Amino acid sequence: MSAVKKGLVTFAAAVPEEGLKAALARPRSEVIAEVTASKLRGRGGAGFPTGVKWNLAAAATAPAKWVVCNADEGEPGTFKDRVILAEVPDLVLEGMTIAAWAIGAARGVLYLRGEYAYLRDSLEKVLARRREKGLLGTGILGSPLSFDVEIRMGSGAYVCGEETALIESLEGHRGEPRNRPPFPVDCGYRSEPTIVNNVETFACAAMVLAKGAEWFRGIGTEVSTGPKLFSVSGDCREPGVWEFPLGITIAGLLAAVGGEGAKAVQVGGASGRCVPASEFGRTLAFEGVPTGGSIIVFGPRRDMLHVAENFLEFFVDESCGQCTPCREGNAKLLEGVRMLREGRCSWAYLQELQKLGEVMQLASKCGLGQSSPNAFLSIVEHFRPEIMGRTAGGNA
Amino acid sequence: MSSRIERTASISRAPVSQRGHVVPVSADPEAIGGTVSVTIDGIEAKVPLGTTILDAARALGLKIPTLCHHPDLEVAGVCRICVVEVEGQRTLQAACAFPITSPIRVQTHTRKVRQARRRILDLMLSKHVGECYTCFRNLNCELQTLAKEYGVDFFRFGHEAARRHQVDDSSYSVRRDMDKCILCRRCVRTCIDLQEVGVLEAVGRSDGTRIATFLDKPLNDVVCINCGQCINRCPTAALGAMDPTDDVWIDINDPKKHVVIQTAPAPRAAIGECFGLPPGTPLTFEMNTAMKTIGFDRVFDTNFTADLTIIEEGTELLLRLHEALVQKKDVALPQFTSCSPGWVKYLEHFYPEMIPNLSTAKSPQQMFGALIKTFYAQKAGIDPASIVACALMPCSAKKYECNRPEMCDSGHKDVDYGLVTRELGQMFHEAGIDLPKMPKGSFDDPFGTATGSGVIFGATGGVMEAAIRTVVELVTGLKIEDVFAHADVLPVRGFDGVRYVELPIPAIGEVPDLLKMNKGLPFSDWKWLEGAVLKVAVCHGTANAKRVVEDIKAGGTFSKCHFIEFMACPGGCLGGGGMPIPTSPEIRAARAKAIYAEDASYEIRKAHENPAVIRLYQEFLTDGPCGEKSHHLLHTHYTPRGKYIA
Ligand SMILES: Cc1cc2nc3c(=O)[nH]c(=O)nc-3n(C[C@H](O)[C@H](O)[C@H](O)COP(=O)(O)O)c2cc1C
Ligand code: SF4
Ligand code: SF4
Ligand code: SF4
Ligand code: SF4
Ligand code: FES
Repeated sequence: MSAVKKGLVTFAAAVPEEGLKAALARPRSEVIAEVTASKLRGRGGAGFPTGVKWNLAAAATAPAKWVVCNADEGEPGTFKDRVILAEVPDLVLEGMTIAAWAIGAARGVLYLRGEYAYLRDSLEKVLARRREKGLLGTGILGSPLSFDVEIRMGSGAYVCGEETALIESLEGHRGEPRNRPPFPVDCGYRSEPTIVNNVETFACAAMVLAKGAEWFRGIGTEVSTGPKLFSVSGDCREPGVWEFPLGITIAGLLAAVGGEGAKAVQVGGASGRCVPASEFGRTLAFEGVPTGGSIIVFGPRRDMLHVAENFLEFFVDESCGQCTPCREGNAKLLEGVRMLREGRCSWAYLQELQKLGEVMQLASKCGLGQSSPNAFLSIVEHFRPEIMGRTAGGNA
Repeated sequence: MSSRIERTASISRAPVSQRGHVVPVSADPEAIGGTVSVTIDGIEAKVPLGTTILDAARALGLKIPTLCHHPDLEVAGVCRICVVEVEGQRTLQAACAFPITSPIRVQTHTRKVRQARRRILDLMLSKHVGECYTCFRNLNCELQTLAKEYGVDFFRFGHEAARRHQVDDSSYSVRRDMDKCILCRRCVRTCIDLQEVGVLEAVGRSDGTRIATFLDKPLNDVVCINCGQCINRCPTAALGAMDPTDDVWIDINDPKKHVVIQTAPAPRAAIGECFGLPPGTPLTFEMNTAMKTIGFDRVFDTNFTADLTIIEEGTELLLRLHEALVQKKDVALPQFTSCSPGWVKYLEHFYPEMIPNLSTAKSPQQMFGALIKTFYAQKAGIDPASIVACALMPCSAKKYECNRPEMCDSGHKDVDYGLVTRELGQMFHEAGIDLPKMPKGSFDDPFGTATGSGVIFGATGGVMEAAIRTVVELVTGLKIEDVFAHADVLPVRGFDGVRYVELPIPAIGEVPDLLKMNKGLPFSDWKWLEGAVLKVAVCHGTANAKRVVEDIKAGGTFSKCHFIEFMACPGGCLGGGGMPIPTSPEIRAARAKAIYAEDASYEIRKAHENPAVIRLYQEFLTDGPCGEKSHHLLHTHYTPRGKYIA
């Protein structure tokens, strides 16, 4: 298991079922209002306001609705959901149950990353225990709420963490993102209204109901509220899962984890951005450098071209292949990085590749292709002399 | 039941990722919330809620390029060539997949949009192996057209020269060249969703994605029914028909060969499209002259055997009805038509247990082949071995049909080549023929001139209409005009996916002489049909066929039918897999209009009044319809294939 340093401090202190009891004692609209007031934003990367999402699903009229927990955690350098599921699984299920009450769902799915299969047994036990204790099933805690959760396994495709591809995968199709709109809150799993939230988001929601929106807003910044878990890896003394309030500066985080002297930090995993040392004063927040929680520290001796190549190899493997910009674009970017490494990439072609990256960001069908060029583009922007340095022909 | 083309996504088998947004559109556009306003390139309009940006733009006369979008298919939103800017959205949006549900402002050709489209094209071209000169889609290719429109003047991301895939030419009908595939998946949606056959699927991912068959088997070894609907909807040359024109030219040029061609009705209404004319411009008689000009020795009209099919299939139906109603035998009813080889193969694969319901009558193409190499050879004094029988067809499955091993009843291969409309157009071009300017010419004897009953075989419902005209007259002794004004059996016409019609027999007459030629007939009067109600149905597209067959198996409405017309292709033959590309509901409707207009213009519009057909029975098939001789030459048998092929 990973080294947990300061991780899960807030979550570990949660009083069991405090949030669920509070929620069931109040009408649905007030539960959603509380989540909205907390300004909680999705912890899965996109940062969509959770209250808004729940409200849309609650407003949809349909005989059946779904609560889906996205535990696919496929972003390279992210491992905080695994720790949450291992250490405070009840908090996540509590959050899902609150969500079910809020939107009027009777069934939930926990979509577990294929590589986390070893967690499945213990999670099933938690589910069984909750059913026994009347925390799942019909008439939860004496309320009118009936809700149960089943675990479904992912099969190792990164793109299945994208919520609509996840739903396709649940339905037994190729994991390919859908056209949006319609959004899952209108037409999701089995074409029924569905909310998909990250593991950490559900845990936060349970805390919000337990301790109140005001308490939650007291942590973090005006825009980015609450505590946040960070999966820290790379060239630092204390890698692992850390908890910080949102809004901490990159420099502050590096100081805490022993990563001073880093040359760059990849924020947000492979699909995130590479931040150079000159910008370490920026904050980790939705208004600063947004992140699902992955922090990869690059020490002074790291080869940034190698970093770009590594990330692009990942995307060339993981693109679902559905849409042109991402399917062909990532391969072209990777080819370009290899040309750079061999000193065969002209200045002009590098510019073409940058333009291509921007087009991929704009025109790809889903978040994968829209964000896969991020690392490449930020490395080209901030480390141009370093990556062009290998040009044998001297056209740098 | 409604037309497949208008089917809602809810019964679609396509994954939701490949479906449009179904916003429940208010039935009353005047109702509050029934419409929504949109501003595209500064033009404001109101559109029904849920209209896509693409449709809204087209309604305003604005052009947005598309590749993966097709009017017959579900939305995919995968090629991204149609991206536009929607105010307030961070990313560009696919116009084909974006339903307008709130007022938005859209820009369709900003710098951002153009740069994106150009690069998307560049990416497609980088993997596109092949050069336009050597390509059958040259000058009729959506990719090529876009390259021109977007001013592609160099290959920004390179241009692969080496093949990565082997051409699959295992099928008699469809040729797959995946090096020209741009992964728009129109073929996948056509096969699984429009036709509900499901031969093609995208496999692999990322830049390794490709369109494949089950276990990458050759097309000949999977359940492909050869309908060619995927060809008609492929934007490039990745899918095409197996083209026999080189061999046909060789035979034409061989003085020892007597090369004849029969021409089916549907191509006439469409071949003009190969010459830039609008769909539905009939060129029947110009085509006759042109075919002679390029070297065919005789030009025959498939309508002749279409009429013959009606007599044979109609007699077969009467025999089955007699067995069922009078002899109380357990006989397979409803009788299914057998003239669409795609449909026949579909049934052989998916419902082999229903083969007894298929009429044993051969398709008009194959009847003709068998007669050319027997009756015609005899009459003309030509050695059948030196006759080359070509067939101009709208249909890629006909190429396969003529190669079925049992189709040799004349003692030779009954039909040597199935040529499709596109290929004949190409031969004309090669011979420098400007088809629309050709003088008119007639069909050759001894198979007589065109009849309306044969012509309408080209449209869905046509076989049924021709059969009704004949069966009603043969049984009632009345004139069909007295039952249906102008002999137009309107209830069976149209494009609804499935049509069901009940037809009370208004009177009974004498058994006509034509039928009496068959001495083995088990009846000598029609008393047993007195007061009967003929129940028939018409259905086109295998997706609809599947619904009808399932209904029959479940004992539903269609199980009470006597006779059902099935066509594999949406629209019937006029939507066949060998017809000019592109296709759309409008194009098919225009072709249908031409076909019905041609029918109305003919003097002879009933199969049993075709003098050439009557003469054939008198001179050659002397034991009458469904007699011994006709059984040998004009009827066939089928092969239960099943879904799992070794
Ligand atoms: C390619 C791709 C992969 C994703 N993977 C994950 C994931 O593993 N876990 C996750 O929670 N969200 C993932 N997301 C984000 C989800 O699509 C979705 O936004 C998120 O689950 C919503 O939950 P939240 O609002 O609670 O963050 C991914 C998005 C993309 C585009
Ligand atoms: S952006 Fe990439 S992952 Fe997303 S739909 Fe397109 S090809 Fe698939
Ligand atoms: S498919 Fe189109 S672009 Fe490709 S070679 Fe043929 S005509 Fe040219
Ligand atoms: S010819 Fe018809 S059955 Fe065969 S792959 Fe194409 S659409 Fe499918
Ligand atoms: S074969 Fe044709 S229709 Fe099918 S995906 Fe390729 S280009 Fe599109
Ligand atoms: S035409 Fe719209 S994405 Fe292909």
